[in-house]
Amino acid sequence: MKFPVFPPEASEVARHTDHLLFALLTISAITMVVVFGPMIYFLFKYRRGNKADRTPVELPEMKIEITWTVIPTIVFVGLFAWGARVYWRIERPPADAMEINVVGKQWMWKIEHPEGNREIDELHVPVGRNIKLTLASQDVIHSFFLPAFRVKQDVVPGRYTTLWFRADKIGTYHLFCSEYCGTHHSAMTGSVIVMPPEAYEQWLKQGAPGPSMAQEGEKLFREYGCSGCHVNSTIVHAPPLNGLFGRTVPLQTGKFVTADEAYLRDSILIPSKDIVAGYTNDMPSFQGHVSEEDLLKLIAYIRSLSDTTPQQEGAEAK
Amino acid sequence: MNTAMPIESPEPLREERVPKNYITESRTLKSWLFTTDHKRIGILYLFSILFYFIIAAIAAALMRMELITPAGDMVTSETYNKLFTIHGTLMVWFFLIPSIPAVLGNFVLPMMLGARDVAFPKLNLLSWYLFNAGGLLAVYAVTFGGVDTGWTFYTPYSSTFSNSHVVEMAAGVFVAGFGTILTGLNFIITTHKLRAPGMRWFRMPLFVWSLYSTSVIMILATPVLAMTLALMSIERIWGVGIFDPRLGGDPILFQHLFWFYSHPAVYIMILPGMGVMSELVTCFSRKPIFGYHFVAFASVAIAIMGFLVWGHHMFTSGQSIYAGLVFSFLSYMVAVPSAIKVFNWTMTLYRGSISFATPMLYALGFMGLFTIGGLTGLYLAAVGFDVHVQDTYFIVAHFHYIMVGGMVTAFMGGLHYWWPKITGRMYPEKLGQLAALIMYLGFNLTFFPQFILGYLGMPRRYHAYAPEFQIYNVMSSAGASILGVGYLLPLLYFLWSLKYGKKAPANPWKATGLEWQTPSPPPKHNFVETPVVTGPPYQYSAEAAEAEFTANEKGEAYG
Amino acid sequence: MADAHAALQEQFEEMPQQKEAATLGMWAFLATEVLFFGAMFMSYIVYRTTYPQAFAEASHHTIVLFGTINTAILLTSSFTVAMAVHAARQNNIKWLFRLLAITVFFGLAFLAVKGLEYHEDLNENLWPGPHFKSELPPQAQIFWILYWIMTGVHAVHVTVGVVLLSIMAWMTSRRKFSDAYYTPIEISALYWHFVDIIWIYLYPLLYLIHRYSA
Repeated sequence: MKFPVFPPEASEVARHTDHLLFALLTISAITMVVVFGPMIYFLFKYRRGNKADRTPVELPEMKIEITWTVIPTIVFVGLFAWGARVYWRIERPPADAMEINVVGKQWMWKIEHPEGNREIDELHVPVGRNIKLTLASQDVIHSFFLPAFRVKQDVVPGRYTTLWFRADKIGTYHLFCSEYCGTHHSAMTGSVIVMPPEAYEQWLKQGAPGPSMAQEGEKLFREYGCSGCHVNSTIVHAPPLNGLFGRTVPLQTGKFVTADEAYLRDSILIPSKDIVAGYTNDMPSFQGHVSEEDLLKLIAYIRSLSDTTPQQEGAEAK
Repeated sequence: MNTAMPIESPEPLREERVPKNYITESRTLKSWLFTTDHKRIGILYLFSILFYFIIAAIAAALMRMELITPAGDMVTSETYNKLFTIHGTLMVWFFLIPSIPAVLGNFVLPMMLGARDVAFPKLNLLSWYLFNAGGLLAVYAVTFGGVDTGWTFYTPYSSTFSNSHVVEMAAGVFVAGFGTILTGLNFIITTHKLRAPGMRWFRMPLFVWSLYSTSVIMILATPVLAMTLALMSIERIWGVGIFDPRLGGDPILFQHLFWFYSHPAVYIMILPGMGVMSELVTCFSRKPIFGYHFVAFASVAIAIMGFLVWGHHMFTSGQSIYAGLVFSFLSYMVAVPSAIKVFNWTMTLYRGSISFATPMLYALGFMGLFTIGGLTGLYLAAVGFDVHVQDTYFIVAHFHYIMVGGMVTAFMGGLHYWWPKITGRMYPEKLGQLAALIMYLGFNLTFFPQFILGYLGMPRRYHAYAPEFQIYNVMSSAGASILGVGYLLPLLYFLWSLKYGKKAPANPWKATGLEWQTPSPPPKHNFVETPVVTGPPYQYSAEAAEAEFTANEKGEAYG
Repeated sequence: MADAHAALQEQFEEMPQQKEAATLGMWAFLATEVLFFGAMFMSYIVYRTTYPQAFAEASHHTIVLFGTINTAILLTSSFTVAMAVHAARQNNIKWLFRLLAITVFFGLAFLAVKGLEYHEDLNENLWPGPHFKSELPPQAQIFWILYWIMTGVHAVHVTVGVVLLSIMAWMTSRRKFSDAYYTPIEISALYWHFVDIIWIYLYPLLYLIHRYSA
């Protein structure tokens, strides 16, 4: 009979998490010895009827209390720092990551690669590359959980969340939805398939040779009428979008924001929220008119207008 | 003097020869349902929570049966989702939160303080009715289709997407919450104003300190839950958006509001158990508590700091990294006072005269299981570690170790300890020890494998699971059946003891504490004369206990 | 005095102890009310910080006249209930009754004005949902939901206060109170002051956002 104790360790972060686990296990073992050891000894030695010296003794209570307050506090601060280090690494995606979009809905994961390849409940990735997922939900809160990489991130409707990992072992690994999302929550599972880089390129080409996300986004940009105002309009004064992505934008309120995915999404769905300085609140809201997937395509297109998409950077770096 | 023939008084009736206690002073149903006697109200609560516990336990049994096989083949997914929701909601709000405070606290607190009753006896009765009015709504929701949101009611699933009786269940929790608030209010005022002469704050038993700290949390946290559930229900009923992202609402706001209550709630659940521990460890090792002041202040510290850590339930929900770091740090800080208590209880055993009577077995069980549960809390507070195990069975195992291994164990220990005072009868000691051992073994077999399952990656609330998880699920389900036996035994022998148990003296455990200075069961007003307190609690002597034990060759079975 | 002992409940030893317990109890209860309203205030703060413009626009549609009248009514009623406590302290039972009655009247007036205001708000399509005033941005609905809930819950508390003070007035007419025993009057007044204070916060947050800024 097999008694698995660890999921596969398929990334560096996984190894860091496992090391943290070992540290915690060690401290637990020591604590249990330090606490249960004397306890069992006392229970044995001082059990009723057993001869022992029970004369009340004046112990230095304050010193003892302070000692066993301070030592655990120090240990806990150490554990906090270790956990924080692992967390810092998990939560901050590297700048050169390959970006893939994920839309979760009851009860499936829809994945779209920037090249246009689409998959359901499966995520093909090349080994040894940083992968950054932009996660969106079409309905309720889900959570994208990859035990082999020891990472998860809740997928929240109304906003984007991100998760990154770097697989260093080829194989197929579990993908679980880990935030209860309704009837078939336990069926909202899938796999991450980590392939050698050439096999991945092969897979991309074979997959769905069609328009990239940015190209589809360009089509949508015209269909939804965005170009009517945002491209050389003589009637409406709308902020230009060339080179916008990643720039700092001054707002009417005097604050500054970075034009990232969340900003673009909010601008399309809640245009009155962050009005650009020097412009008026005229843009209609597209809430309810644009699906999550279309939103991601539009954003991919707008990003392509800045020539800063990681695809190109990554390609150049290679 | 009268020289006429003395008139013979008629023979006093048999009942009049036996002094009336709070049970016998009136036997009508009406006298129970309209009582303002804190002791009777404690018993009313005992019956109520037993009722809800049974429903929630059946739900758990069905879940564990389903989980023996990886496929979801025993019940439908919808049913399974309702089972874990019913289990969680009823166990948290209708069993754990009231258990020690409303049953043992109601019964014992006034007596421990030397008072005749709580400060507001009528509000006390009202709290029981509110509790059951809420329970009625909850049972209605369960019976007429169930609820499938999980006990956490996350939006927008609960407010927009679920097709179950969410509002009825939320209303039940809302109403029962006001019962909790009244109980907490009562305990606070009673502790401030109804202490017997000489009962200074630092002469109070530690059970009182922990109930007081619990009550502060009860009255401050519960209103937030009430409003949060109300807002969610309003969103659901009227289709308006408070947490609805389509209107610009924020589902995470619900989580912040919910956990702002629900984290302190777990301290409502464990602090009273810690209070019971202090009573048991001192009595059954015949020693004063080591570090009385530290244990008392630790209770207060846990209550206050417990309000500052709610975000550790949301490390993966999308809150900022900085929030994650702050909550992680504070979560480690709140662990310190709990650790201090465990050390103090251990040191209390030093040079004691230790008896292994049933209450003590439960106390020792608590030490073991709460320590494990608390240690795994340290794992979860490490925010990088939590990312992996959040929403998996690791979390499920952690909170069951604390709630069941800690709180329920302490409740059983306290129930056995105060049973003679409450009923005037002893329970059968050997069966008591046996049941405690069965519970301990069954519990560990049920929940320890779940830590492994969680790290392997099995998410919680899963009806069907990946095949490699099966072996641990089978172990867990096997353990659950043993645990069930462990719970059934006390139910049976406690009932048995009411009629056939040995009659209990006023102080079978030879315990200190004012509650033991009255008969078992006590008279309606507890004390014939208000006691006067002249010294600190727990004035035990291990040497005296040993001397008595040696002199008494038979060796008493308890105390 | 005979009244004082008649009111002493059996769990207490003496009247001062009972009075302190009742007062402490009311303060503790008011602490729970702060947290109860606190959850709503917290939601308000979060959303107003996120959507300042939508909130300002939404707030302009509140009827500031009614809000201001109600503020004046409640402030005055706090004064009259404080005077009622003073009357009790002076054993002036006649004025105790009158001032309680006046306070009840003010409470009812508040509710009447609120009722008129709600009626107007509904006419203006300010009830959140599919028929919400279309000139306002969708996020304004969040302001208006909070408006209905916060003023609604407050109005429930005003109603409870009105009932409580009415009972106090009735008990006064039955000669239950004197300068030796008037604790229920004091703690009812405390509750009423709390209800007033909540309104003092609600009024600017709901009615006065950016109304008179340059």
